[in-house]
Amino acid sequence: MPTFVYMTRCDGCGHCVDICPSDIMHIDTTYRRAYNIEPNMCWECYSCVKACPQNAIDVRGYADFAPLGHSVRAVRDEEKGVIAWRIKFRNGKKDLSLLAPITTKPWGKYIPQLRDVPAPTQEQRDSQYLYNEPKYIRMDDGGIHTLETNGLKIVEGVQY
Amino acid sequence: MFASNPFAALTETISAEMIQGYVILMAILVVGMTIYDMIHKKSAKYFFAKAKQAEANRVRELGAGDKIGIAVKVATVDVATAGEFCNPMRRISHMLMMWGFILFIVSTVALTFAYTGEAPAIVAQLWHLGAIMVMVGGYWFWFFIRVDVSAEAVSLFRIVQADLFILSLLGTTTFGLLWSIMQSKGDAMWTTIFLALFIISATFLFGGVLWSKFAHMFFKPAAAFNKRVIKADGSRENLPEDFDLTSSEIQKRYPDIPEYMGTNPSYMGLGIKREKPKHY
Ligand code: SF4
Ligand code: SF4
Repeated sequence: MPTFVYMTRCDGCGHCVDICPSDIMHIDTTYRRAYNIEPNMCWECYSCVKACPQNAIDVRGYADFAPLGHSVRAVRDEEKGVIAWRIKFRNGKKDLSLLAPITTKPWGKYIPQLRDVPAPTQEQRDSQYLYNEPKYIRMDDGGIHTLETNGLKIVEGVQY
Repeated sequence: MFASNPFAALTETISAEMIQGYVILMAILVVGMTIYDMIHKKSAKYFFAKAKQAEANRVRELGAGDKIGIAVKVATVDVATAGEFCNPMRRISHMLMMWGFILFIVSTVALTFAYTGEAPAIVAQLWHLGAIMVMVGGYWFWFFIRVDVSAEAVSLFRIVQADLFILSLLGTTTFGLLWSIMQSKGDAMWTTIFLALFIISATFLFGGVLWSKFAHMFFKPAAAFNKRVIKADGSRENLPEDFDLTSSEIQKRYPDIPEYMGTNPSYMGLGIKREKPKHY
């Protein structure tokens, strides 16, 4: 289910409008509050939810991680370097708290040194692959990567 | 010019009682319409239903002392200094309007009830200062800060019902000030015209509470109080807890954090708040 805005909380700051990759968060010209103009096109990517300083945006997550209408709320707190999630089951019984540190590198710290990377060959240019594929999607070392093949398992708590 | 009571000269044509009657009528309209609005929109009912719902998620009970502390914070941070605004320009403009309006109203009551004739210069000066503060904050808002104007490039002159409040507020203060100026200049015609416009816009301002956002002055503090209560009692409207990555308790609960980030995770910068939203 796409995003929706609690109008009483939104103050029309525009952060959600700025960040939405689908460009579907807009400022309503009558009420001056944000709203999703094209719910069908929402990726439920949570970008706007995390960007909203007033926690005014809510969204029901995909059924695979929030089945049966669980409530999923997220807060991104740059000051504390935290992205916190809370998933509450519909019967109110199970209440999951997930926490991940913000791992975006500090601004200006990591600049890709593209000039050091060898220029693509003609063959690479003619290929249908994107830059550094298949290396970056790791198809070159055989098979599709899954949690299992990477020796990972889902745990409650911090997840990567 | 700003030191004389503009209402004093008015008593030569309209009796002081009539002026006072008008002020009382406006006050009744504001109170009555706010209450009607609350009943009609069921906002109070919604507010209490939400509070009841939050009870189930509470982690701690708040005592009377906590609630008083929260009320003081609401009064000093949320109301007096408009602390909820992220945008400093909007915050300053809002404070100019709010404090200007309070000055304007309080001094109007003083000038029409306490001093029907000549008033102490300071009271009249505060009346004029209030009007000017509202005008500075209000015109700044109207021309530069209104979100649909600055963000969605809507025409400056597009007027919708949501503008009833700001326009009647600006009308009241602007025409009030112009009326006072013309009166002190002794220009009878313009004095009458601006007085009429002043009364018309004030009637729209106070009589239009039901259709404008006037009542936000009363609803906002209630919402701010509620916002602080749900934080303090831990119900948080289902929002995640307030985590601190450097707290040893949190690191024990989520051992991956010290493993990946160390015990004192570095500050990653302001992220999206690094710059003011403007790309839309
Ligand atoms: S969830 Fe993502 S796609 Fe949907 S409105 Fe928000 S930012 Fe846009
Ligand atoms: S980020 Fe939040 S407060 Fe700002 S416009 Fe969007 S919904 Fe409203």
